[in-house]
Amino acid sequence: MELNTLTAHALIELLNKKDISPIDICNNIINRIDKTEKTLNALAHFDKEKSRQRCENLREGTEKRGRLWGIPIFIKDNISVKDELTTCSSKILKDFRSPYNATVIEKLLAANAVLMGKTNMDEFAFGSSTETSCYGPTRNPWDPKRIPGGSSGGSAAAVAGDEAIFALGSDTGGSIRQPAGVCGVVGLKPTYGRVSRYGLIAFASSLDQIGPITKDVEDAAILLKTISGHDEMDSTSADMSVPDYASGMKKNIKGMKIGIPKEYFIEGMDKEVKDSIKLAIEKLESLGAICENMSLPHTEYAVSVYYLVATAEASSNLARFDGVQYGLRAENIKSIIDMYKKTRKEGFGDEAKRRIILGTFALSSGYYDAYYLKALKARTLIRKDFDEAFKKFDAIVTPTSPTAAFKIGEKISDPLTMYLSDIFTISANLAGIPGISIPCGFTKNNLPVGLQILGKPFDEETILKVAYNYEQNTDWHKRKPAL
Amino acid sequence: MAINRDTVKYTANLARIELSDKELDHFTDQLGRILAYVDKLNTLDVAKHEPTSHVLEMKNIYREDIVKKSLPAPEVIKNAPDRENNLFKVPKIIDTEA
Repeated sequence: MELNTLTAHALIELLNKKDISPIDICNNIINRIDKTEKTLNALAHFDKEKSRQRCENLREGTEKRGRLWGIPIFIKDNISVKDELTTCSSKILKDFRSPYNATVIEKLLAANAVLMGKTNMDEFAFGSSTETSCYGPTRNPWDPKRIPGGSSGGSAAAVAGDEAIFALGSDTGGSIRQPAGVCGVVGLKPTYGRVSRYGLIAFASSLDQIGPITKDVEDAAILLKTISGHDEMDSTSADMSVPDYASGMKKNIKGMKIGIPKEYFIEGMDKEVKDSIKLAIEKLESLGAICENMSLPHTEYAVSVYYLVATAEASSNLARFDGVQYGLRAENIKSIIDMYKKTRKEGFGDEAKRRIILGTFALSSGYYDAYYLKALKARTLIRKDFDEAFKKFDAIVTPTSPTAAFKIGEKISDPLTMYLSDIFTISANLAGIPGISIPCGFTKNNLPVGLQILGKPFDEETILKVAYNYEQNTDWHKRKPAL
Repeated sequence: MAINRDTVKYTANLARIELSDKELDHFTDQLGRILAYVDKLNTLDVAKHEPTSHVLEMKNIYREDIVKKSLPAPEVIKNAPDRENNLFKVPKIIDTEA
């Protein structure tokens, strides 16, 4: 059995029985990476010997094992790991090594997980295809001519391609769910505030959340439990108890009320995607859920609101990259202003520049009311749509994306078309609610289709329950790409 | 509202990003199309609604005012492109000729 193809919960069982040791898993992963990484380019930073050493270190002092003892994990490159490269796949942070660990990393280490390396991403998480990375594009394991989604495309491709058991991503407008969807794996964006953002290099602080990308729903539940909880280092993290998701989700969904919003079945979406979702809804009904058509009337404004709010926040957050404290500094400069401008010219890629300028524009004098403030008010309407819906429904089911994975290069020259590929995932971030994407079918070209399940704030348990019940009665998640 | 080349140039300067002429041209075109798309917000009457800048019911978060250990200065400064005596070093900021 190739251990790299297994889930974390299956490996935990084997480790408990002492059938295998952590170094066996690690070596299987390294073999796989040697074979497939040339094709996928899913990893930004990876050191074999260091990973092996971390497994060896685990052997000593193992009186009490953490829940993830010996399980290797990959981390998106915008999450800080002490003394390791943390570059957001951007030239401007080339060579940056974080002096501290993000809170999620401290929690993983406390659970005895083994940190393997960092995954490739769109530069500063700006993108839906992992094409804007300074390390070049990541490729989809199901068809290397296609994108793996983004911005956590490296994490999703590594998990789908069995280079990783599971991984962390971050989701600001769909950056966990959309890549998980088009790579045929599970991706969960927690409720805003569920997981500490301390040590996550900020893109849009009112939208960002860290979450798991895994091979099945049970692993998502285990990893979410490990990284969740209040953190005094992040004042927006919620002081609420964290349930044991993996046991709570195993109850059935009989009588559960699920809403199907008509705005998520639009013109221009793939017929094959639509058909897969319809069959998934029928499956949920056969499991006892009551599915009903409903409306989230302000959905069509979500992309507009998002690209004003997210870029405005990004333009402010990325002001810190100025060549003073870390990262790149341009040479041959005449003055300090010249240093800022040349450093940012050389250090940021095309999409980062575009978003910073758009966000600066939306916040600038004379345009603030017409763009930024209006977007914040429209955000209220999008939130209220969900508040109303959740008075009646326990969960909402939609496609994760309007299409399966598109080709590398297909949308990169037209930013607006690229932005529209986030159309079904953005609203959850604007409303702060949790969402999960699970595999629910394949197109005739053998490309995965994702089913998105949205839930009430801090009710990850219900969406995991719907996801788990669906998964246990289908076998999409067992398919592997021929890589 | 369309955005013109001068506005893009002005905004890029506010954002402290130097743009080439070629970048100015293609950003003007692309941002123009993005803004034309987001203009659909104008069809929405939002006058009566409060803005949402944050989804959580946020209150001030207080903590005890006690000294805690922080990162040592050499650790904080180690990524700086230029440094001296645990300080960030930058080009001259005050123009003495003025």
